[in-house]
Amino acid sequence: MAIEAAIPGNSPAGYGASALPEPNYLSATKGLMSWLTTLDHKRIGVLYLIGITVAFFLGGLFALLIRLELFSPGQQFIGADVYNRMFTLHGAVMIFLFIIPSIPAALGNFVLPLMLGAKDVAFPRLNLASWYVYVGGSLFAVYSLIHGGADTGWTFYTPYSAESASSVIPLLTGAFILGFSSIFTGLNFIVTIHKMRAPGMTWSRLPLMVWALYGTALIQVLATPVLGITLALLIVERVFGMGIFDPKMGGDPVLFQHFFWFYSHPAVYIMILPGMGIISEVIAAFSKREIFGYRFVAASSLAIALLGFLVWGHHMFVSGQSELSSAVFSFLTFFVAIPSAVKVFNWTSTLYKGEITLGTPMLYALSFLFLFAIGGLTGIFLGALSVDVHLHDTYFVVAHFHYVMMGGTVIALLAGIHYWWPKMFGRMYSHFWSIVAWVMVFVGFNLTFFTQFILGTHGMPRRYADYLPQFQRLHGFSSIGAFILGFGLMIIAIYLIASLKYGKVVGKNPWGASTLEWETTSPPHPHNFEYQPTVNTGPYDFGRETATHAK
Amino acid sequence: MDTTATFWLPAPSSTMAGQVDSLFYFILYMTTFFFVLIVSLAIYFSYKYRVRPGEEVKYKAAPTHNSILEATWIIIPTLLVMIVFVWGFYGYLRSSIVPAESMQIKITGQKWFWSFDYPEGATTVNELVVPVDKPVKLLMSSKDVIHSFFVPAFRVKHDVLPNRYSIAWFQATRLGTYELYCTEYCGEKHSQMLGTVRVVGEREYKEWLDEASDLGKGLTPAEYGAKLYTAKACNTCHTIDGKPSNGPSLKDVFGHKVKLVDGSEVEADENYLRESILNPAGKVVAGYQPIMPTFQGILKDKEMDALIAFIQTLGDK
Repeated sequence: MAIEAAIPGNSPAGYGASALPEPNYLSATKGLMSWLTTLDHKRIGVLYLIGITVAFFLGGLFALLIRLELFSPGQQFIGADVYNRMFTLHGAVMIFLFIIPSIPAALGNFVLPLMLGAKDVAFPRLNLASWYVYVGGSLFAVYSLIHGGADTGWTFYTPYSAESASSVIPLLTGAFILGFSSIFTGLNFIVTIHKMRAPGMTWSRLPLMVWALYGTALIQVLATPVLGITLALLIVERVFGMGIFDPKMGGDPVLFQHFFWFYSHPAVYIMILPGMGIISEVIAAFSKREIFGYRFVAASSLAIALLGFLVWGHHMFVSGQSELSSAVFSFLTFFVAIPSAVKVFNWTSTLYKGEITLGTPMLYALSFLFLFAIGGLTGIFLGALSVDVHLHDTYFVVAHFHYVMMGGTVIALLAGIHYWWPKMFGRMYSHFWSIVAWVMVFVGFNLTFFTQFILGTHGMPRRYADYLPQFQRLHGFSSIGAFILGFGLMIIAIYLIASLKYGKVVGKNPWGASTLEWETTSPPHPHNFEYQPTVNTGPYDFGRETATHAK
Repeated sequence: MDTTATFWLPAPSSTMAGQVDSLFYFILYMTTFFFVLIVSLAIYFSYKYRVRPGEEVKYKAAPTHNSILEATWIIIPTLLVMIVFVWGFYGYLRSSIVPAESMQIKITGQKWFWSFDYPEGATTVNELVVPVDKPVKLLMSSKDVIHSFFVPAFRVKHDVLPNRYSIAWFQATRLGTYELYCTEYCGEKHSQMLGTVRVVGEREYKEWLDEASDLGKGLTPAEYGAKLYTAKACNTCHTIDGKPSNGPSLKDVFGHKVKLVDGSEVEADENYLRESILNPAGKVVAGYQPIMPTFQGILKDKEMDALIAFIQTLGDK
C-alpha cells in the first residue's frame, strides 16, 4: 500500500495529481500495432468501444434522416425506396453492429476480469479474434451500404427478402459473421467467470454486473447459432433457389419468422441484461448500500435468460401461427415480466436509507429506472393477445422497444461509460457538460418516443415512408425530440474525448465504490493488479473498515 | 380526423373494440399506478437520503433483504398479469371465432393495393364497403409477399400470406369511412398500400352492391374504362398526363412504338396492352422496373376491353 500511495495521482482521493500512474495499460506499449495485436482485455474493450461508437453514430445518422423525412407528410428529402433502406440500415447497424456488442464486448470486456480479480479473460486470443470477426462482419454491412443497402427491414422477413433486388446478401453475410463474434465473447465470459475468479470470490460474492454478463453469455452461446443457421438458409434460398421460406418454391414464410425470433427475442435480453448489471453497480456505488435482495437480483438475471427462450412467438400473434401457440406464448410472456419487475423493485428499495449522491452515472441510473419502467410496462399491452392485435406493427411497438433498447440499454451504457470512464482512462470528464447532455438526452428521448406511443394507439403503422396528415403534429414533435437527443449525444462524445487530454486526473476510486476494479490504479496496471487480490466480503460491503479486498 | 377519437384510441367502431379498449385502459391504469409508485419512491428516497454538501459519506446499516417483501412483489404482479392474460386471451378467442351468419368477402393483397371480391360479383380496389351491424368474414390471401390487413377503428389486424388463406372478421357498429392500412412491410410503396372501409346502412349497401356488380351499366367502354382506371388503382402507378411515375404514363401510348428494356420495339396495340396487363413482366418498357403485378383473374374480359378502350382515347394524336 505504501508503495502505491507514493505514485502520483494514486492517492485515495486522487484529485490534484497531474500525471497518470505508471505503468498503466494505455502507455505500457506504444504504436498502432501494439493495439491491433494486443491480447489485453482492457485494450480490446477500448477497441470495441471505438467500434460501437462509430456504429452508433452511423446508425444514429440514419435515424436522423428518417426523422427529418417524417417531420411532415409527403416526400421531403428522400423517396420511399431510400427511406426503406434507411430504416433497414438503422435497425441492422444499431442491432448487430452496436447494441449487441455494446455493453458486453466493450465495457464487459474491460471490467469483467477486474471485477473478478483476474489477470485477463480465459482466452485472450479468442477475445482479440472476436474483435476482428466483428470488424470483418461490419465491413460486409458497409459493403452492402455502399451498394445501396438492403430494403428488407432488419428482420429480413421472407418472402420479401427472398425477392428484393437490393443488397441483401452482403448484409445477411455481415450479420452471420457478427454472430460468431458474439459467440466468442459469450464463450470467453462463461469460462472466465467459472475459472478465473480470485481466491475467495465465491458465486455469492460476484458483483451483479458479473451475474448479468453470465446470463448474457449463456444466451449468446445458445441462441446465436440459430440466427446463423436461419440467415445461412436465407442466403442458400436466394443464391441457389432452394425453397425453404419462399412459398413460390414450396417454402413457408412463417417458419422464417419462428427461426428469426427464436434468436432475436433472446437477443433482446442479450441487449438489456448487461445494462441491468450496470444499473446494479451504479445504484450500489452511489447509494453506498448493498443492492437490496442481492440473491433475487442475481437469480432474476438467470430467470430472464432462461424464460427469454420461451416467448419468441409473441412477435407473431397476427402472423397466422395457430391460436393455441399464440395463447401459450402470451401466457409465458407474462412470466418474463416478473424477474424484470423484481429487479426494479429491488433497485428502488436499495435507495432506502442510502447515502445518495447524484453523480452523472447515478443520474443515468435513475433515468434508466424511469425509462425502463415505461418500456417494460408497455410490454404488458403487447403481451395481452387482444390488445396486441390492435397495436402490432404500429408505432406503439416502435416506442416500446426504443424505451427498452435506448431508454434501457443505451442509457445504461451511458451510465456505465460515465461510471467506468475515470477507471478506463484515469481522468474525469466535465461535470457541467455531462449534466447539460444528460438533460438533453432525457428530454429529447421522451419527446421523440413518448409521442410514438400515441401515434401507435391511433393506428400509425411502422415502416411507413409517408403518413396521413392527421399524424403530422405528433410526428413533428417526435422529429424535434430526435434532434435534441442527437445533439445531446454529440456533446457527450465531445466532452468524453476532450477529457482524455484535459480531464482532471483521478485516483483509484473517485466514486467511493466497493467492487474490486476500484482497488487497482486508474488506468489499471497492464496486469490489472500488482498482487493477486483475495476476497473475503460481499461485493457491496461498504461497511468494512479498510479495504480487505486487495492486498 | 375522426373527432370522436379519445386521447389514446380511435373511436370504437366494431363489436371487438369495446373489449379491446376496456383491457387497454385496465392495463393503462395498472401500469400508471406502478410507474408512479416506483418513480415517486425513487425521487423521494434520492431526496431524503441525499448526501448534503460538505457532509461526510458514512456507511449506515440498512436492511439488505426481506423475504416477505420479495414474495409480495413477486406474487401481486404475477396475479395481475394473469388477469391480463386471461382477459386478452378471451378477447383474442372472440376475434378468432367467426360467427356462422357472417357474409364473406375475399381480400387479395398484392404490391401495393388491396382488392375485394364480393360473392355477388362486385370487385373493388382499395375500398371495402360493408353493411353496418352485420358480421363480415374476411378470407384473405396475398399474390406476392406478406401483407397485413389493419383497420384501427375496428381493432382488427391479420397478416395476409401468399399460398394460404388467413381469416379475420369484424362487425362494424358505426356508419362512416375508416382507414385501412397494410401493416406488414411489403416493399417500396408499403406506405401507399392504403384503403378505406366504408360502413353504410343495409339499404344503401344493397344499392351500392347492385351498382358495383355492374359498374359499366349505361356507359360506353371508354367511360367505363376511365372509371376502372381509378377503381382498379391503375392510377397509383400510371398517370394520364404524360408524367412518368412508377410505371410509364398512359398518355400517347396507344398506336405508338414503345421501346422495351431489351432494346427492341413493339407497337402498343390492343394485344400489347392486353398482354401487359395480364403478364406485366413480359415486355417491360425501357427505363422501368418489372414491378407491376398481374391482373390475371382480377379483371374480367369486359373490364379489360373497357380499359383498353380508355387507353385508346388517351393515345389519339
